[in-house]
Amino acid sequence: MSTSIWVWIAAFLTLTIYSFLYKDNPLYRFAEHVFVGASVGWSIAIVWHMTAIPYIAMPLRDAFIQSNWPGFIYVAIPTLLGSLYFFRFFPKQSWLARWPIALMMGYFNGISISPSIETNIFPQVQGTILTGFNPTSLNSWWALLLLVGVVSTLFYFFFSLKHEGIVGKTSRLGIWFVMIAFGASFGYTIMARVSLLIGRIQFLLHDWLGILR
Amino acid sequence: MKTILGAFILVVSFSAINGGVFVEDLPNDDGSALLVFWNPTDNPEAVGYLVYRKDSPGEGFYFLGRLSSPAETVFVDCDPRYPLEAGMNVSYKIVAVSQQETELDVIGESDFFSSSASIFNKTKVNTFLAAALAFILIVYFINSAKKGKLLFIRKIAGLDALDEAVGRATEMGRPVLYVPGLSTMDDIATVASINILGPVSKKVAEYESTIIVPSADPIVYTVTSEVVKESYLEAGRPDAFNSDQVFFISEHQFAFVAAVNGIMLREKPATNLFLGMFWAESLLLAETGNSTGAIQIAGTDAVTQLPFFITSCDYTLIGEELYAASAYLSKDPVLCATIKAQDIEKGLIIVLLVALSALSVLNLFVFKSDVIWRLISAFFRVE
Repeated sequence: MSTSIWVWIAAFLTLTIYSFLYKDNPLYRFAEHVFVGASVGWSIAIVWHMTAIPYIAMPLRDAFIQSNWPGFIYVAIPTLLGSLYFFRFFPKQSWLARWPIALMMGYFNGISISPSIETNIFPQVQGTILTGFNPTSLNSWWALLLLVGVVSTLFYFFFSLKHEGIVGKTSRLGIWFVMIAFGASFGYTIMARVSLLIGRIQFLLHDWLGILR
Repeated sequence: MKTILGAFILVVSFSAINGGVFVEDLPNDDGSALLVFWNPTDNPEAVGYLVYRKDSPGEGFYFLGRLSSPAETVFVDCDPRYPLEAGMNVSYKIVAVSQQETELDVIGESDFFSSSASIFNKTKVNTFLAAALAFILIVYFINSAKKGKLLFIRKIAGLDALDEAVGRATEMGRPVLYVPGLSTMDDIATVASINILGPVSKKVAEYESTIIVPSADPIVYTVTSEVVKESYLEAGRPDAFNSDQVFFISEHQFAFVAAVNGIMLREKPATNLFLGMFWAESLLLAETGNSTGAIQIAGTDAVTQLPFFITSCDYTLIGEELYAASAYLSKDPVLCATIKAQDIEKGLIIVLLVALSALSVLNLFVFKSDVIWRLISAFFRVE
């Protein structure tokens, strides 16, 4: 059995979280509040030490000492824009918080256009096109199945057409492909989750109780 | 004449030549990379090269990288630990190295050379064309919608149940729980979820029910808070909006889940809506919600999480249905126009897939040329 106080604390918190499987109880609530509080405190420390100090305070201080005013403005403008979020605490001026929100949304929407095309469209289209067909090769039949699957699935995701007639039939085939893919994904992910559970049980039985060697 | 011209081109293109070390600027970049190459060593003991760089004439050389074969005589300087910027003047020194890491011969030092940023990245012409087409289609359909042309959006099953779900919460006197995913604002799923949150919270306000919106990201929290407040205003009930309905919990995935699970058990929402980007927490959330007997509607574009939502929720919006949901709910002509434009793009992809596949197969038996496949590869290449 472990003699480390930290292993005991970790084991206690693990068991209190697992107690949720029975029902909500004061021990679970205790662990929940400790977890949320600790994670928020940790996030604040991370943001302070890894963002605020190296990307705001230090560059502003260095630029000020070196009288590098363009460099100072370069850091000060985004800092000021970000600071506008704090106006949420002042009801009359809270509209100012919308400026950085608008900027962030515009920036992120814009910047995701090119990567979306380059990762979600081009390689997928190129990978789906049949490059040849050899009836005696199983790979050719798999490639054909992939093409049929992709085309019929795309039909399912047509929103401005009524799913009737040929469109309806093709989209129904598409949703079959989608569901088969989800079934495979479900099994695969469950295996990964079971391995996480095994890791936690190993911690309890090996690190804490020392039953497993 | 050709020889003289060739020599001239060589002198011009090898922008910095000194002692057999040549430096060239890499095209189509932001000036953050340089190409260094040199003549191979004839020392039989050499097993590779050491690459050194100095960033100004007054400084000494510092180590940049190692090549582990004497035949490798090209080095791309793009190490983020020693970043290059457009306009930076740098010089390189190449030294042959032995098995015992002893420096043998200095192959040479290059002249100072500065990298430059390209205005246009020619390798992304295909992306530009695809994006331009998407923009043209969206602008065209938005203009059509503004002129009053009605655009049809097909029925989305999960969304039809939304009215029923909110109504049930009102009848039972219990709140509606809306989780906008755990991602940040740069995620399209989060943007789509926030677009749905507007009509949902408006409906909640109209029904005089309550909505709880926990967030896992401070910026998402700020946006969701604004959206819910605005919806209450639109519904004519600004007084009913309570800022404590929308709150930030934690950025940590499982701390957030622990808290939301606690809310589901203690507040007992009649309706749980999980719309946005989810990871491993999807099943934990949906199973807990299921055990409380709530109506659950989920939607995400996370392919690995969709199976969990399908098995544990009453309705699930699959992938792009989440994006289409906001248009479907609001019937906003501009949003409907973007859906129509996306459908045209999907149609084009289908045509491309079928036509190019047919052409490739035909080519295999009739034309027997690799030109078609080379063209396809060139167009869809991503660098």
